[in-house]
Amino acid sequence: MSAEEKKPKERIGVYICHCGSNIAGVVNVAEVSKWASDNLADQGVVVSRDYKFMCSSLGQELIQKDIKEQKLTRVVVAACSPHLHERTFRNACKGAGLNPYLCELVSVREQDSWVHTDKAAATAKAKAIVAGGVARVIYHEPLEPLHVPIHPATLIVGGGIAGIQAALEIADAGFPVYLVEREPSIGGHMAQFDKTFPTLDCSACILTPKMVDVGNHPNITLLTWSEVQKVDGYVGNFAVTINKRARYVKTADCTGCGICWEKCPKKVIDDKFEAGLGYRKAVYTPFPQAVPKYPVVDDINCTYFQKGTCKACEKFCPTNAIDFAQKDEIITVEVGNIILATGWDLFDARRVPNYGYGRLANVFSNMEFERLSNSAGPTGGNIVLRDGKTTPKSVGIVHCVGSRDKNYNNYCSAICCMQSLKFAHLVHEKTGATVYNFYIDIRTPAKAYDEFYQRIIEEGTLFVRGKVAEITDAARNPGEEGKLIIQVEDTLVGKQRRIPVDMVILSSGLEPRAGSKELAKIFGISCSADGWYIERHPKLDPVATMTEGVYIAGCVQGPKDIPASVAQGAAAAARILGKIQQKEIALEPVRAIIIEEKCSGCRICNTLCPFNAILFHEDKMVSEVNPALCQGCGTCVAACPAGAITGTGFSNEQILSQIDGLLLLTLDKKKEAAVV
Amino acid sequence: MTEETKPFEPVIIGFTCNWCSYRAADMAGIARMKYAPNVRLIRLMCSGRLDPTFVFKAIAGGADGVLVSGCHPGDCHYSTQNYKAMRRFQLMKRVLTQMGLEPGRLKLLWASAAEGQMFANEITKFVEEVRALGPLNWNKAGAGIPVEVKEEVTA
Repeated sequence: MSAEEKKPKERIGVYICHCGSNIAGVVNVAEVSKWASDNLADQGVVVSRDYKFMCSSLGQELIQKDIKEQKLTRVVVAACSPHLHERTFRNACKGAGLNPYLCELVSVREQDSWVHTDKAAATAKAKAIVAGGVARVIYHEPLEPLHVPIHPATLIVGGGIAGIQAALEIADAGFPVYLVEREPSIGGHMAQFDKTFPTLDCSACILTPKMVDVGNHPNITLLTWSEVQKVDGYVGNFAVTINKRARYVKTADCTGCGICWEKCPKKVIDDKFEAGLGYRKAVYTPFPQAVPKYPVVDDINCTYFQKGTCKACEKFCPTNAIDFAQKDEIITVEVGNIILATGWDLFDARRVPNYGYGRLANVFSNMEFERLSNSAGPTGGNIVLRDGKTTPKSVGIVHCVGSRDKNYNNYCSAICCMQSLKFAHLVHEKTGATVYNFYIDIRTPAKAYDEFYQRIIEEGTLFVRGKVAEITDAARNPGEEGKLIIQVEDTLVGKQRRIPVDMVILSSGLEPRAGSKELAKIFGISCSADGWYIERHPKLDPVATMTEGVYIAGCVQGPKDIPASVAQGAAAAARILGKIQQKEIALEPVRAIIIEEKCSGCRICNTLCPFNAILFHEDKMVSEVNPALCQGCGTCVAACPAGAITGTGFSNEQILSQIDGLLLLTLDKKKEAAVV
Repeated sequence: MTEETKPFEPVIIGFTCNWCSYRAADMAGIARMKYAPNVRLIRLMCSGRLDPTFVFKAIAGGADGVLVSGCHPGDCHYSTQNYKAMRRFQLMKRVLTQMGLEPGRLKLLWASAAEGQMFANEITKFVEEVRALGPLNWNKAGAGIPVEVKEEVTA
């Protein structure tokens, strides 16, 4: 209290928002407003108002008018979460000539009126929250945002359709892009599909032109067969360390003629691109339209690496481009912004033992079926059973495998209904077989999706509403011998059914990539409980993350179809282009500052900083915080034994007085103790 | 109403980090999940900002319990600062226990921004635990703490 008496009293304006009935319906806002002016006058409250919608222009003008007429030096708004409107009210203050950081927004909505039913208790809590805000704002200081330059280059991690779209948009605008892809070629999962819904466009036909554009673009540096190892720096100024893995091919000399993989004697089951249904060689490109065209040598399976013999590729290469001595190359690039577009993994249906995947030969996963149906696939586009020759006469397609299931993944994978309908169409078209779709709901929300569903119905697909209980080859009834029997409760009829089919296709769901959690840590972002990357706001900001300068696009943020992935890639690109065009970015001035006179040079703070923002001056034996690297976490502020570090925006004085305010210790001394 | 008929309502000060736990509280609000009104939250940028002095101040000021909440270990927005918060919390809890405070009055809770329901449930649980311990009244007990003795801060 004595420190407060030494400071000249501030002139504080308090504003309680009704937010319609969101706050006013539970908290007695008029009572809180009057209480503030009656009990906090000693703190400096000179005006206290309540208003329907403080965030509206009229509400903001209320504040601005008071700042000018009442000569306010501090403002407290009690309304919604600071994550929504802190900037709104700060800008309002700025517009009236008050430093925006002298305004505090405290939440009485998400933290009070929306979560409590007892109106008296909610009103009492609102009073305490306002008292806390008033006590704190006294110690706010006028701050200016830091301006740092933005490097015009962008890093995009993941060469699927979302990453490709983002890369092209930024590069077309004239700025450099580094596109890093883990596989030997860009294209992602979309390169594996046969046709895409609802238009039944050939997937490769619409994807490959974009891939070629990326490969030829003067502004895109394509780094395939590469992975990001480390990221240093902060928004506008990242330094990214990338491991360019050895291809064992000299790309300057390779013409992509393909003689090496023709001559290679070692066949390997291709469990990536061909979903385990086909083969590749030990030196290979993943598919014919690969970008870049340079093959890689798989050093795990290659005979030379295993036994030291062969080298057929090297012998036959007409340009002498094979180099078995090639090493991994570590490079560092400087970028201003990063987009993560690393996509998804398929749910492993072997985890559902009652469906028999991996045990019963003719149960196929969705990706296996895409490769069967694809004319460039291992069966030349023929839909055949595992024996490679028999055409099925009846096919069952099972929806929601591993999705919408508390035993596996609780979420809906968004694309499997449309995918299952597409499969039904392809099976009809190519084999004329009888097709059953086993579904829980049919989810066809986007443009032309429901019309596609209607078409599939008209084609004669049979729909059974029920979650498949079991797929078995144990025949019980006549007609089931040699077939796969699907056991399901047909809920619309109310009966158990056993439906014999030749082939089953499981629409397995989407999962976050293995290793995505570790990748997120490298970039300083978080994953949700399901493992998808967390966006800044689920509705209003789906491509930004909590880390400035790092964006997410495509399925890495959650399951979605191709149009949505493309839209997100474009959105992230647009956001970054906006930042690059401004040439510099304003950083929040929440920082730690070391008071040199108080620093004893103990260096406890130096090792606590994860951003290496604290330097030690040997000559003066004091530490100093680099304000551009400091992210404002405040750990050093808390740790300094001498109290020599203050945190602007979250200083000790501010928080200690907020505690006093919340405990109602700051009320006018003359007033009654009957607070509630 | 006499004190025997009104249940004791603890006052708990909660420290949350701006990125995860404060957003978890916001998420609980957005989803209209209901929990006990006894916790008053303070927003810090990071749980690593928590100076044990804040906890002592809260307790000396009349709080019956203190909640410290941050991002899950490994998920800290500032990389590793919640580990520092964890170490400080353990040390602080020992010191306070030696000063006579029941350890059940301090709680460390990790919450991610998506865990609104869990946050609400944990708060309700903690309030009941502190209620069972009874009022702390350290602001009345000590000499030399210049606080007005007034009616219990109850709702």
